Amino acid sequence: MSAKVTVKDVERVAELANLELTPAESEGMLQDLNAILDYVAQLNELDTQGVEPLAQVSELKGAGGVSELRPDERNPSLDRAVVMAEAPETDQAFFKVPKVIER
Amino acid sequence: MSSETRNSESYVEKPKTLAELREGIASGALKAADLAASYYERIEKVNPRLNVYLSLTKERALEQAAHVDEAAAKGNPLGPLAGIPVGIKDVLVVKGAPATAGSRILEGYHPPYDATSVTKLEAAGAVLLGKINCDEFAMGSSNENSAYGPVRNPVDTERVPGGSSGGSAAAVAANMAVATLGTDTGGSIRQPASFCGVVGVLPTYGRVSRYGLIAFASSLDRVGPFAANVRDAATLLGVIAGHDPKDATSSLAPVPDYALESGRPVEGLRIGVPAEYFGEGLEPEVRVAIEKGIEDLKAAGCTVKPISLPHTRYAIPTYYLVATAEASANLARFDGVRYGYRSKDSATLADMYRHSRDEGFGAEVKRRILLGTYALSAGYYDAYYLKAQQVRRLLAEEFLRAFAEVDAIVTPTAPTTAFKLGEKTGDPLSMYLADIYTVTASLAGICGVTVPCGTTKVGLPVGMQVLAAHLNESTAFRVARAVEAAQK
Repeated sequence: MSAKVTVKDVERVAELANLELTPAESEGMLQDLNAILDYVAQLNELDTQGVEPLAQVSELKGAGGVSELRPDERNPSLDRAVVMAEAPETDQAFFKVPKVIER
Repeated sequence: MSSETRNSESYVEKPKTLAELREGIASGALKAADLAASYYERIEKVNPRLNVYLSLTKERALEQAAHVDEAAAKGNPLGPLAGIPVGIKDVLVVKGAPATAGSRILEGYHPPYDATSVTKLEAAGAVLLGKINCDEFAMGSSNENSAYGPVRNPVDTERVPGGSSGGSAAAVAANMAVATLGTDTGGSIRQPASFCGVVGVLPTYGRVSRYGLIAFASSLDRVGPFAANVRDAATLLGVIAGHDPKDATSSLAPVPDYALESGRPVEGLRIGVPAEYFGEGLEPEVRVAIEKGIEDLKAAGCTVKPISLPHTRYAIPTYYLVATAEASANLARFDGVRYGYRSKDSATLADMYRHSRDEGFGAEVKRRILLGTYALSAGYYDAYYLKAQQVRRLLAEEFLRAFAEVDAIVTPTAPTTAFKLGEKTGDPLSMYLADIYTVTASLAGICGVTVPCGTTKVGLPVGMQVLAAHLNESTAFRVARAVEAAQK
């Protein structure tokens, strides 16, 4: 933790997240990310060896969480035409997108 | 300092209580249709300045009001919110009404279904006035991250209403709704309620269904009410709480009569006051107001006990890793394919994704997606995300131990009163610290109520946060009502 992020890191992460940043945006994000990562580095002060990670509070005893999943049952879903009406481009049956592969 | 002066322009107006309004509607002295119309008039008058509502659902509201009036005229039983005008934060979907989540990327989206909390409000007779402004995807502490411009604080229009549910808090403070729904991931109900001088409720994680809530961080997101007084907030929670098969994390626990429970005496309750919430960074006038509130609780017969929650200082770093990691995954769905905004003229699918997201998301959302993606990426996952989850357990267990010794914990809701528009926008980290007292309960999944607890010399509201153990909302409401009663 607390390794300095470089512009290359920002660009790599932006690519993973499907974000396109201008050079000015990348520079700003670089500064913000480094400031935030410096700040979160204080978690290193804590010895967490052997502590089970907590992803959901329902895992806690006495938190009132749900421990059993409901039975898997078929239920009606949204009407296709209604859903398709919200999309930027469709042929009614499918969503249309620009070409995926060159040529 | 932010609290020295206050702009004299004020839009504060207290809504009537649910009890008063319902009595009028049940007796026929007040028509739900007239009440709705008067709220639309008020909105028309003050919305241009406050920027609270993003869209109105007039047709649906007037239809519902007519139903209520018809039922009242026939002497049919009325729901607990019959004819009550409410507003909905625009991260909860309402069928057919534009859902923006404060973002350009959802431009043009009209969801084909209702959020469960919305369905429940309407089933209880509530009249939905419209959709309310918020920070983009509920990411922010000032409402300045909305793509549709900031909401102004009705107490002082040069100040922020808090965030991310700033509009929901401002709507109640300015009587643009009797009550509203907001959402809270790291403090987004409690901090704005505190800044605007209204009551806000953080229900236990799982108490209220998240179905129809546009997800930010799924292990933290909660839906909760705002109201002008504690009893009404308790009534609202009673309506929206309960199990929902459409949300696998929603609790099966029965829903108590919170409004009734909120009126029980507080005598003998043990109140914990954690030293860590009264340290550096707490504005002196906020401290004075909260200390007075604690004295009021003593006078009401509570036992006040100093406690220590030493992991508190690790809550903000933990929160910003967990929340951004979950956000980076949740916001992957906005890609210009199925709904909302699509960038024009991209040659390939990959370009279309990138351009749509680049043009559709604002700076704070991009910042959090990048931070979350970084924290989850190969080589950093253990150091950041896993570490944060481990600290999250330590924080949660610390609360569980505390609640073995006290019934409720009281703290300031925020370290400051409402700050000025633009004051923190240049420094994301200083903005994150506005949530320093609220993110702890978010991570632990416990519940809380923020209640107005005095004002500063210039009249800016201070909020007291009352925290209680999982599913113990009744106790939080009781304590909050005692604080409220002492204000008068």
